Amino acid sequence: MWRILAALTAFLLLATSPEAQETPVQDLLAQNRDLISESSRRTIGPAIDAIAESGLPEAQVVLQKWQNREMWLRESDGMFFWAEEIDRDTLRIFDFDTGDDLGEVPDDDFDQIKPNSGIRALIGAALVRFQLTDPNPARRRDALQAIERDAEAAHLEPLRASIPDEPDPAIRAKKERLERLLTISFDAYEAARLEAIGDVSGDISLDVRGTLNPLLQTRRKVVEGEIPGTDNVARQLTPGSDALPRAEAYAMLVDADMAPARVSDADLMNALTANIDGALVGGVPVAQLNTIEARERAYRALMAEDIVPPFVSEEEIDTALSTHTFYDSYLERSTAVTDAAEDAMTAITRNVGASQAIDLTLDALSLASIFFLAAIGLAITFGVMGVINMAHGEFIMMGAYTGYVVQQVIPNYTVSILVALPLAFAVTFAAGVAMERLVIRWLYDRPLETLLATFGISIALQQIAKNIFGTQARPLTSPEWLDGALVINDVIGISYIRIAIFVLALIFLCIFLFIMKKTRLGLETRAVTQNPRMAASMGINPDKVNMLTFGLGSGIAGIAGVAIGLFAKVTSELGQDYIVQSFMTVVVGGVGNIWGTLAGATMIGFFQKGVEWLNPSNTLAAQTYMIVFIIIFIQFRPRGIIALKGRAAGD
Amino acid sequence: MRQSFFARNPSVVIFLCCLAAFTLVVSLLSEGAGTGFISTSFIKTLGKTLCLCLIAVAMDLVWGYTGILSLGHFAFFGLGGYMIGMWLMYERTRDIVVSSMANAQIPPTEQEVVDAIGTQIFGVVGSSEFPLVWAFADSLVLQLAMVVLIPGLLALVFGWLAFRSRVTGVYLSILTQAMTLALSLYLFQNDSGLRGNNGLSGLQNLPGVEASQAVVSIWFLWASAVALGLGYMLAAWVVSGKFGSVIRGIRDDEARVRFLGYSVEGYKLFIFVLSAIIAGIAGALYYPQAGIINPAEVAPIASIYLAVWVAIGGRGRLYGAVIGAAFVSLVSTWFTGGQVPSLDIGFYRIDWVEWWQVILGLSFVIVTLFAPKGIGGLFDLITDRVRPDRHGADYGPDKGSFQEAEGRE
Amino acid sequence: MKFVKTALASSVAFGLCALPAFAQDCPIKVGVLHSLSGTMAISETTLKDTMLMLVDKQNEKGGLLGCELEAVVVDPASDWPLFAEKARELLSVEEVDVIFGAWTSVSRKSVLPVIEELNGLMFYPVQYEGEESSKNVFYTGAAPNQQAIPATDYFLEELGVEKFALLGTDYVYPRTTNNILESYLKEKGIAEEDIFVNYTPFGHSDWSKIVSDVVALGADGKKVGVISTINGDANIGFYKELAAAGVSADDIPVVAFSVGEEELSGLDTTNLVGHLAAWNYFQSADTDVNAEFIEEWKAFAGEERVTNDPMEAHVIGFNMYVKAVEAAGTTDVDAVRDAMYGIEVPNLTGGTATMLPNHHLTKPVLIGEIQEDGQFDIISQTEEVPGDAWTDYLPESAVLTSDWKELGCGMYNTETDSCVQIQSNY
Repeated sequence: MWRILAALTAFLLLATSPEAQETPVQDLLAQNRDLISESSRRTIGPAIDAIAESGLPEAQVVLQKWQNREMWLRESDGMFFWAEEIDRDTLRIFDFDTGDDLGEVPDDDFDQIKPNSGIRALIGAALVRFQLTDPNPARRRDALQAIERDAEAAHLEPLRASIPDEPDPAIRAKKERLERLLTISFDAYEAARLEAIGDVSGDISLDVRGTLNPLLQTRRKVVEGEIPGTDNVARQLTPGSDALPRAEAYAMLVDADMAPARVSDADLMNALTANIDGALVGGVPVAQLNTIEARERAYRALMAEDIVPPFVSEEEIDTALSTHTFYDSYLERSTAVTDAAEDAMTAITRNVGASQAIDLTLDALSLASIFFLAAIGLAITFGVMGVINMAHGEFIMMGAYTGYVVQQVIPNYTVSILVALPLAFAVTFAAGVAMERLVIRWLYDRPLETLLATFGISIALQQIAKNIFGTQARPLTSPEWLDGALVINDVIGISYIRIAIFVLALIFLCIFLFIMKKTRLGLETRAVTQNPRMAASMGINPDKVNMLTFGLGSGIAGIAGVAIGLFAKVTSELGQDYIVQSFMTVVVGGVGNIWGTLAGATMIGFFQKGVEWLNPSNTLAAQTYMIVFIIIFIQFRPRGIIALKGRAAGD
Repeated sequence: MRQSFFARNPSVVIFLCCLAAFTLVVSLLSEGAGTGFISTSFIKTLGKTLCLCLIAVAMDLVWGYTGILSLGHFAFFGLGGYMIGMWLMYERTRDIVVSSMANAQIPPTEQEVVDAIGTQIFGVVGSSEFPLVWAFADSLVLQLAMVVLIPGLLALVFGWLAFRSRVTGVYLSILTQAMTLALSLYLFQNDSGLRGNNGLSGLQNLPGVEASQAVVSIWFLWASAVALGLGYMLAAWVVSGKFGSVIRGIRDDEARVRFLGYSVEGYKLFIFVLSAIIAGIAGALYYPQAGIINPAEVAPIASIYLAVWVAIGGRGRLYGAVIGAAFVSLVSTWFTGGQVPSLDIGFYRIDWVEWWQVILGLSFVIVTLFAPKGIGGLFDLITDRVRPDRHGADYGPDKGSFQEAEGRE
Repeated sequence: MKFVKTALASSVAFGLCALPAFAQDCPIKVGVLHSLSGTMAISETTLKDTMLMLVDKQNEKGGLLGCELEAVVVDPASDWPLFAEKARELLSVEEVDVIFGAWTSVSRKSVLPVIEELNGLMFYPVQYEGEESSKNVFYTGAAPNQQAIPATDYFLEELGVEKFALLGTDYVYPRTTNNILESYLKEKGIAEEDIFVNYTPFGHSDWSKIVSDVVALGADGKKVGVISTINGDANIGFYKELAAAGVSADDIPVVAFSVGEEELSGLDTTNLVGHLAAWNYFQSADTDVNAEFIEEWKAFAGEERVTNDPMEAHVIGFNMYVKAVEAAGTTDVDAVRDAMYGIEVPNLTGGTATMLPNHHLTKPVLIGEIQEDGQFDIISQTEEVPGDAWTDYLPESAVLTSDWKELGCGMYNTETDSCVQIQSNY
């Protein structure tokens, strides 16, 4: 049905379109219609080249529109237009040749040309020559980015030519830098390349390494006798060494048809199967062929009859290996260039190593600050009051959900976060106080039972969260100024959100210290912790102090929840993921001391990152070893890193 | 001696009679016996429940009697399951491989058979090599020995380390939780050689057994019942004599017992290892009925639930643990089964699948707060048991716990 | 005590065991075995709703063989052993005629022995790692050659990726898929050192190190691409870290096999625009059947709900079952199975799904770019690809084939011309 309608529309459009005139762009596109609509990177090259090299003034516009997915194909007559989408079903189309606005049309008859990112990169590379000198700085940046992604030898000349006239200093610097890199890769003169390599030595940027490394690519070769002088040899290899095991070396010879193949197990089996003669193979009964020896015996019998290729003996292999030379040869011909690149890379590798260490440290610090933030509330309730609160994780979750709800109400992310932080504190403070009043108060003397009761609350809260918010993860989006990362160089970088969490952790450390050391509540809390009866007789109300302290610990958990939700996810199981780690942090650090918690978090964070670094392909192992490590650590320091001494230790 | 043990512990006799009667009645009503009043799937549920009761007894030994709140006993349970599972998988796969290779023109070597088994078992996790832990998987006797040895050994090492450095109370609870978390994370890794997240599956099919699942389920029901009976008797015997007095003493005041000259660590270690072995055996019987074991089974939450069962059933008495485990796990099955009709309260429809966890959680709080004796406490009303007069001494396992006077309120 | 115990046991026993149904044809019972609680509820509840909708719709059309259809829903609670138990209950107590269910591989492996023992029939709707073909299961999700391989081809050919990071959650689907891909990539001439593999736990949230490792892969000037089999919630942290590191889809494209419309609803997608996902269905597929389906779904489940690939798989599976039962004239499992082979039903993306003798479907492979509104822009759609139970890219599996119609075997060794096993080895 809609086809007929579309055809009708097309007909009307055609009927009203202006008289035929010169349409070079349309013709060019029409010639490449099949390629363009097939839209595959493998075949699109000629079409892009045709447009780029057509010399038409509109070529740049066509390519840009195409790259931006603004090119549409009218199915009925195969004409190309660029178009703006007015709404779901309507387009405003424009003619490529004249730039004329052809009015609004329904989009039924139009197919959007959707170049994938591979094609977009190719178009970008083709656009470079137009865009390098484009008056619009954004376009010039696009061009430079296209060169970064997909450098070609053809870019070098236009790039060099565009540098002197570049008005923008930032873009100019970038151009100059790219020029150096392109020189290394593509310049015809060795001296220029060597100079450029010298210029970038020690620079750890990815693009520098990306330029130098291809120069150092090698291919493994084998020749009989001496190495031909035409090859730029990287290193010679001895068969049987670690770099080239014996079997591998021989396999190379076999592949190069320089030696007879060894008889593999599969060959042997096939040969035996093919030569079954009644119930015998080479005189050996088939039923007995269930050992390697019997099979080899049968095979040797067949060998003797010249039916099957012979085994290659170890001596023959040795001889073959000794008469051949194995070596890695650079793909790059010039020895001077590869030597210079090798030197430059050595310097770079050293710098990269140092940067990686710093980056790992930053990661570890960030992880430590997350653990610390998650555990700080627990350090108060467990560390100071000695109350095991298994629902602590659920308070973290409540904080995160509070953040989510606030974002639903207040669309501005910055404002919503500012509202969410105190609100999360308030909500979890209230929840903590309620829990303390209703449950924990009755169980101060029975810590194990507190553990069970709070665990009950934990599963109830978790399920309630599921019932309200569903099991689907909810978005908690950070404000824009927390997007992105602080990038020091291409190796060292840390996202702003992690920095924010780090700062938040520091702030809470200070707040905690302030409250405990400088305020009345802190004083009373410490008094109640040490000796409730004595404190009570001094006029302190232990009930009230306990209630407030517990509320404070829970409230901080809520704020931690907002922070964790920002960088990870908000689900009903969010708290569960952190609860065991948090307990570990507090226990390892030493109960009753905030510095201990800090030390615990730092140690766990660094240890986990360290294991991850040693074994990068398996993050799970890092977590396992961390827990085993903690169990063993506790054996040696049962009271944690910073143990309380004297009477405060309790026993 | 034996006579007097039963005479001194009438509850053991009553329990064993109930267990025997229950097993008989269920067997007679089963599909395997031909009557078919109880479906095979429910027989399996009941068989598994008996295994859970057994591990609850073990838990009661360590927690209710010795005062060690272990939040890691499912680690031992799971290890027992893994040990038996390895043999079941190996033998079953071996049968398949041998029969399929019998068609080949050239008979396979031993190594080829083993390689083919490896490919079949580990193909799903993208490897085909047999890891070291499978070294004894071809021998039923050795694997059965490992059902007892591996959990026992883990408990011995862990317990020795922990008790030696006098880690007690909540610290110990958290450490045991860390232990089971570490074990489950370790098993989750494919590199651990136990098929990672997939675990061992198809365990209900016993190699070389032609009988239908309806019959096999009865065998396992009986085996579980026998194991529970024996485990219960063993536990009752352990806690009845002087040894029992010592461990109860440790529960009530560890320091005093130590000053009296007892090796507290030795007693605790013995109970811990014993309960781990019982847990391992329970696991070895449970998982062939469940059909699959994977690392999620040893996640910390499972062990916490175990503590909950014992708490709700009533700790410090063995039948309490059994009742707790049976009651809570069966009721859980019932509620999460989706068969319970939703409750309409006008403005909101309570869907039990969604709200059961909330009820369970809150019932937990209520039991701890208002009924520390759990369901087992009800029997006191029936038997009219007179509370021992402790002269105001500690009532529970921990320092500063309820005093006698408060407990009576 | 005895009284309490027996009373307890018997009350629970009667509660659970509904009286065994007598052999009768009506109603036709459709078992729905999806987790409604626990970690997998997030994904599986949607499928339960889909089944309820399909059953309702069929009943409005007058049922099947003159019978009403009745959906029997149970909740295996994301607990893998419980899947086996519930499957047994469905087959032996409820006596359902067919089961639609399971999501994770391990849950399917848990159900397999039961369903093979009792000769049930199950439709499994999720993309999976292959290497399996059970007589009693029809796999309506994608096999690796219907999702992973074409997506990798797209990376190689369209995006010119030369270096691969295979990131996955540590469980069987990523493990096997990555294994297949590694071997496939090597066959395509990618060197071993150009393939980086990493596994993370479920729900992993600390991605900074891994993302920087991936970025560092670009140091040798080759184009890097990420193939992600990261599951569920962990994706949120991963994409957030990716966005924070400023990795644009043009520099390092990520193609995900487990991220669909449902998962994206937990994310702010502005920073992810351009990253890819490969599926056999996207909600944005522009066809009339799809528009109709989406409309029905929104009317049934709510305006804000999205549709996704496993839902389409259930739609196809259910329509095929209905057709097969009509063709067989009975719900007898063996008859229905025989009728299933070759059955064609339209899929929602404009083509036809055919049931193959290896119990897999023909499916088109779609690659979509993530858009700002959390939907996918389909940038590539292939013809229907027949699903392959045993991959061609692993040496042990390359010799295996599955053909239940002619060979009557799900694991047939073509080298030795013998059936390795008829019952699955789970």
